[in-house]
Amino acid sequence: MDSREKDIESLKDYKYGFTTDIENIRAPKGLNEDVIKFISNIKKEPKWMLEFRLKAYERLQQLKEPNWQKPKYPKIDYQNLYYYSAPKSMKDKPKNLDELDPKLLETYKKLGIPLQEQARLNGIAVDAVFDSVSVATTFKGELTKHGIIFCSMSEAIQKHPELVKKYLGSVIPITDHFFATLNSAVFTDGSFVYIPEGVRCPMELSTYFRINASETGQFERTLIIADKGSYVSYLEGCTAPMRDENQLHAANVELIALDNAEIKYSTVQNWYPGDENGKGGIYNFVTKRGLCKGINSKISWTQVETGSAITWKYPSCILKGDNSIGEFYSIAITNNHQKADTGTKMIHLGKNTKSKIISKGISAGFSDMTYRGLVDINSKAKNSSNYTQCDSLLMGNKCGAHTVPYIKNKNFDSNIAHEATTSKISEEQLHYCQQRGLNSEEAVGLIVNGFCKEVLQQLPMEFAVEAQKLVGISLEGSVG
Amino acid sequence: MNEQLKLDFDKILKTSKISEEEIQLKKGFLKKFIESGFPNRKQEDWKFLDISQIIKKNISGLSFFNDYSIPNKIDKSIFIDGLDHNKIIFINGRIEKIDFNYEDQNMIEISDKTEKKITFGNENSLIDLNNAFTNKVFEVLVKKNYSLKKPLIIYHTTNDKIKSNNVNVRLDFELEENSCLRLIDFFKNSTDKNFLNILYNFNLKKDSILKNYKLDKFRNNNLNYSFNNIEQDNNSISETFILSAGADYFKNEVNCNLNGKYSSAFINGVFSLKENQQHEIRSTINHLVENTKSYQLIKSVLGKNSKSAYQGRIFVNSKAQKTDGYQLSKAILLDETSEFNAKPELEIYADDVKCSHGSASGSLNENSIFYLMSRGLNYQQSKQLLINGFLLDVIEKITDSEIKNLIKNMIGLKE
Repeated sequence: MDSREKDIESLKDYKYGFTTDIENIRAPKGLNEDVIKFISNIKKEPKWMLEFRLKAYERLQQLKEPNWQKPKYPKIDYQNLYYYSAPKSMKDKPKNLDELDPKLLETYKKLGIPLQEQARLNGIAVDAVFDSVSVATTFKGELTKHGIIFCSMSEAIQKHPELVKKYLGSVIPITDHFFATLNSAVFTDGSFVYIPEGVRCPMELSTYFRINASETGQFERTLIIADKGSYVSYLEGCTAPMRDENQLHAANVELIALDNAEIKYSTVQNWYPGDENGKGGIYNFVTKRGLCKGINSKISWTQVETGSAITWKYPSCILKGDNSIGEFYSIAITNNHQKADTGTKMIHLGKNTKSKIISKGISAGFSDMTYRGLVDINSKAKNSSNYTQCDSLLMGNKCGAHTVPYIKNKNFDSNIAHEATTSKISEEQLHYCQQRGLNSEEAVGLIVNGFCKEVLQQLPMEFAVEAQKLVGISLEGSVG
Repeated sequence: MNEQLKLDFDKILKTSKISEEEIQLKKGFLKKFIESGFPNRKQEDWKFLDISQIIKKNISGLSFFNDYSIPNKIDKSIFIDGLDHNKIIFINGRIEKIDFNYEDQNMIEISDKTEKKITFGNENSLIDLNNAFTNKVFEVLVKKNYSLKKPLIIYHTTNDKIKSNNVNVRLDFELEENSCLRLIDFFKNSTDKNFLNILYNFNLKKDSILKNYKLDKFRNNNLNYSFNNIEQDNNSISETFILSAGADYFKNEVNCNLNGKYSSAFINGVFSLKENQQHEIRSTINHLVENTKSYQLIKSVLGKNSKSAYQGRIFVNSKAQKTDGYQLSKAILLDETSEFNAKPELEIYADDVKCSHGSASGSLNENSIFYLMSRGLNYQQSKQLLINGFLLDVIEKITDSEIKNLIKNMIGLKE
């Protein structure tokens, strides 16, 4: 058995599908003002934070759930969900890893994310979020030396209220769409990153999200601020246990890049996709938006979406500063009964702004995959340009691949180019590979990896290897 | 507006002789239209140009009643010279003349289908409006193995006798096996700000060919909406060319169902817009069976304060293997105030297909202008040469050389 086969053997079933048996504290079921007060109270939040949540909740009452998306889903009963669930041992946050519940440590070890620094993951600092709370953040000492703040959102609200107050909700306001507003009202935890002026973050920062408890929704909130001239690369990974129910994950991620700053945000999303009959799985309805606030700033999104029953998200860039750059690289793979409606929005407001979109969609089995994107060049965005390429690959005639780009050009100095293709793996390519001794499965793996190469290249080393394997595994059994 | 609708509808019932059955049918459509009103930007298909706003802005008091009992005088000066042709003339929405003098009368049949409930269902309130208010529905039938010797030109005109500012027109065409029809829609309006709503229904049988050229060239203040529904059987070909340059607002919709194997659809369009014009083309091509083909090419040249939109959709059914679908839209923006919107959409459920689309927009290439100027042309001339070349690309796609030359002459592009 060669190593690839071994990987496949070990991963054929969703290997992150286990549950950790741990005692939880939960908020009462349902969504109302008391629950929001309960969340705010248990996190010992200041008054302004509670007001922020209540304002969002008030706004939420007037909003309707959007329904223009391609993948339809049964109505979610928002009153039948737990909005807060945390391991009991986290009630008083342990001061260091030695005090952390060994069961939690074990969980993360199983997921391949060791939290002990001695077992360091090639210099990646990790913030681990378990259901509604952040359980641990590694490498704090090293980061503090550079003045970098990397901690859980709850901690940031306590310790850096001035930054949180200033930036929270500045990119995704509480008046945004339904899921974003829901998140603003009930968000529980997440990561907070602040990179001070002129600092190049010495290591990759990473958050690992894990949903464990049943009947809960996960609503985390991430806020990354890159001050003038700084650089940060941030990774995000996610898994959840196998369950028959559908669980909701509605996160908000806000990125802010000031003058000359650069943020690189990579996601490898591997939430539980449901079984092969489409039962269970996560609804991944996430709002991610970056604001290139300063001149020459740059935000780059890279995503590998292989999990979730339904993925519905559009990581976007608002290019406000002159000369700012927005990039979006995406691979979305759907198999069995998975559905995805994903893409990006590039909103050009400043002069000389540039954006690039590379999207690769692969659908197999009974799945449905939609690229939906918006490129909007404002009348003031002189001399801007956009390039979009979206390619789809279909495997079998039970699946669907769709492309829905919206292009708005209001500026005669600017150029927009868009191209899209849809095809299948050609017989010639397969024949060529098989002639040289690969079996059909290997040949498909090779061709698919080539198809995705432009995006995989954008990922940091450690993630790229993982992602490459994931691409192969997600398509297991879809050929021949 | 709703009061006016009901009032005018009653007037129509009084003045025209229609059967009770039809009255009920029309009432149903009116009710549907009143419920939904004019389409607005909240509807996905009307996102870019909101017709309810545009009508509100341009036409303050919309009225719907036209007296179809009195004939209008035909103004012969509008006829196209230099091309022998058959004619259907609409004046203020009333058919004044149907003339197939060049053809074998036995091979063409024109029947009044108003009585037979020919209704056309679609989730589009403008079609409901059309169904409720059209005067007569004629069907033109081209018989088996017959190709029309001369093209048919349909003149859409209005004169100052017009009573309302909404005109609804409907024609049905059936092309029997191995027949061929060349059809030109020619728009010439001398009155101000009317809302013209046209619905065509084409049924293409095996091996038949339809060529439809919509020529809206002369500047006017009308608001036009046209919907073509084309059903295609085995081996049939439809070619639609749209020259969109005259009216204040023009939305052309083409819905093409490729129901038969080896059928193909071609849509080519040119927008040439200036001051405050807002035009749109929306096409839907449904590839429903194997081995079908579609090709679309849309080009825009946008002057001051003008706006064009292109929404193209290619749908491929899971049965429709070996589909070939292509879509390209390009735009040149000449002024800071011009705007181009596009939504080229692919919806694909079969794997052995070749589908692609492209869209590009920007200003004229300064390098090309420099090149031409260095060869002695002035700035205006170089600009014009580049624009002509850009548009000629689409004109050259026209397969009928006689009509191609007519169109070239009309827009001043010579050989």
